Amino acid sequence: MSGDPTLERIAQGDGLALCAAGTWTARFAPVLERMVADAEKLVGSRPNIFIDVSQVSKLDTFGAWLIERLRRSLSQSGAEAKIAGLSANYSSLVDEVRRVSTAPVIDTSSVSITGMLEQIGRAVVSVGGTMVELIDMLGAVLAAAGRVIIHPRGFRLTSTVHHLEQVCWRAVPIIVLITFLIGCIIAQQGIFHFRQFGADIFVVDMLGVLVLREIGVLLVAIMVAGRSGSAYTAELGSMKMREEIDALRTMGFDPIEVLILPRMLALVLALPILAFLGAMAALYGGGLVAWLYGGVDPEAFLLRLRDAISINHFIVGLIKAPVMAAVIGIVACVEGLAVQGSAESLGQHTTSSVVKGIFLVIVMDGVFAIFFASIGM
Amino acid sequence: MAPQPSDAIIRVRDITVQFGKTRVLDGLDLDVKRGEILGFVGPSGAGKSVLTRTIIGLVPKVSGRIEVFGVDLDAASATERRGVERRWGILFQQGALFSSLTVRQNIQFPVREYLKVSQRFLDEIMVAKLGMVGLKPEVADRYPSELSGGMIKRVALARALALDPELVFLDEPTSGLDPIGAGDFDELVRTLQRTLGLTVFMVTHDLDSLYTACDRIAVLGNGKIIAAGSIADMQASQHPWLRQYFHGKRARAVMG
Repeated sequence: MSGDPTLERIAQGDGLALCAAGTWTARFAPVLERMVADAEKLVGSRPNIFIDVSQVSKLDTFGAWLIERLRRSLSQSGAEAKIAGLSANYSSLVDEVRRVSTAPVIDTSSVSITGMLEQIGRAVVSVGGTMVELIDMLGAVLAAAGRVIIHPRGFRLTSTVHHLEQVCWRAVPIIVLITFLIGCIIAQQGIFHFRQFGADIFVVDMLGVLVLREIGVLLVAIMVAGRSGSAYTAELGSMKMREEIDALRTMGFDPIEVLILPRMLALVLALPILAFLGAMAALYGGGLVAWLYGGVDPEAFLLRLRDAISINHFIVGLIKAPVMAAVIGIVACVEGLAVQGSAESLGQHTTSSVVKGIFLVIVMDGVFAIFFASIGM
Repeated sequence: MAPQPSDAIIRVRDITVQFGKTRVLDGLDLDVKRGEILGFVGPSGAGKSVLTRTIIGLVPKVSGRIEVFGVDLDAASATERRGVERRWGILFQQGALFSSLTVRQNIQFPVREYLKVSQRFLDEIMVAKLGMVGLKPEVADRYPSELSGGMIKRVALARALALDPELVFLDEPTSGLDPIGAGDFDELVRTLQRTLGLTVFMVTHDLDSLYTACDRIAVLGNGKIIAAGSIADMQASQHPWLRQYFHGKRARAVMG
């Protein structure tokens, strides 16, 4: 409808007219900005400069601001630049942008070495804070559990059952599948290497001890941290973002009792069940591979398994499960409640819930290994 | 840019929108003229937001035809459609600010995507837009979660106006604002319409907004426009819902 924007320089005696013409709108903003930046260099070259905008066919905030910016930078060195030929239509727009302050807004998100060092320092210090938060949450959950034991009416059975379905029942297929495959892999690798010493049958010992004591529960705990820990954090976090947790509190409910206790309980019940199912699936998978690939027939496998492992191995595995579940649950809930108002924060806390959950589960496993070794189990 | 009052910037013809078996909009026609502020009212759940979202293209329609800036949105190529989208701005009911970006980044986002200009210019434009919606530059580095409800609406409006659109859709802009804030907002919309030559499509329940800000009012009922015209036409209407709406206790309080 009208041509490209232009900014012509016309000398008038000792003065200079800058004639703006064409469409001064957002569409041409990059071109306009370059033109105006060039014209700004004229500052002080002539004693009298004015900007003629009578030929401007269309103006919006972008154009109006650039004209205003040009006027300001030309005015700086004493001589006042004027805008001439402004049509009535656009005068209110120019008045509007005239009120804009040029005080530079400082972008605080600058990156520097000291800033990075500061971040590292803060992160290290926050580790201590995290431990306190976790212990704090553990205490709050135990206190809520105590209250529920004294007043069983406060117990949320429906909610607990719902979460049990989510974290246990629905997790069964994937957990069984993955542990089955892991069992197969352990057996295959064991047979492959033990065969060199003619010690094929000892693969049963390795499989039994490894699966029942360590891998079974550890693997399941890691999967649960990834599957349910993240879900808990995301649920609680989005409730926190939408003030649902505050709403609960103002209605006189304790969010720990209503939201966290059922989730914790469900997780603590679910993990031993899943760990047991996982261990069975892994043994089954291992047995299958031992039979088909290693030629250890099922009868020999079972016989060897009975000799190789004692009930202790199984108990050690199962004792660890609820503790690991509690660690995962506490971390997930603390992270969920720490979510701030933004989607990014929700993502960060969900990530850190899983990472911290898995890390602590492995640390716990190490602590248990030392403990059981020293008591001779 | 001489405003041509007769020319329709949005032309909606015979559109039908259905969710499952419920027909929300049923053969609806609507024109929005260039340069006007159209107030759009109707009972809760009548489909005001659905119509807005249908025009914008967020809700699929069963049949009908929508033209914005003379472009048929169904027939438009992707480039044409982007051209149209660049020329409109939308203020969502809850603001829909990007929660992980600061106010500055929120407002600059559409500008940065469409125009290759310097950071300095982006900052200046951002300050100008904040000023237009009545906010100080100091809020620029806050996150949406650190803003009050009224400020969120203002920032969202600033973002909707970032590229100097010709048409803005406002979905309940004054809901959740205190009466003074709401009054300021109406005033703001009017000022912007005057200075920028905006066309405004405003879904609202605020009688004050209808009286002070709107040039024309359209009423949605039973999936159709049951009335459209000036506030005086609305008051004169004999339609039962309109009578209740414009002659109820609250309406009298506003007029009185």
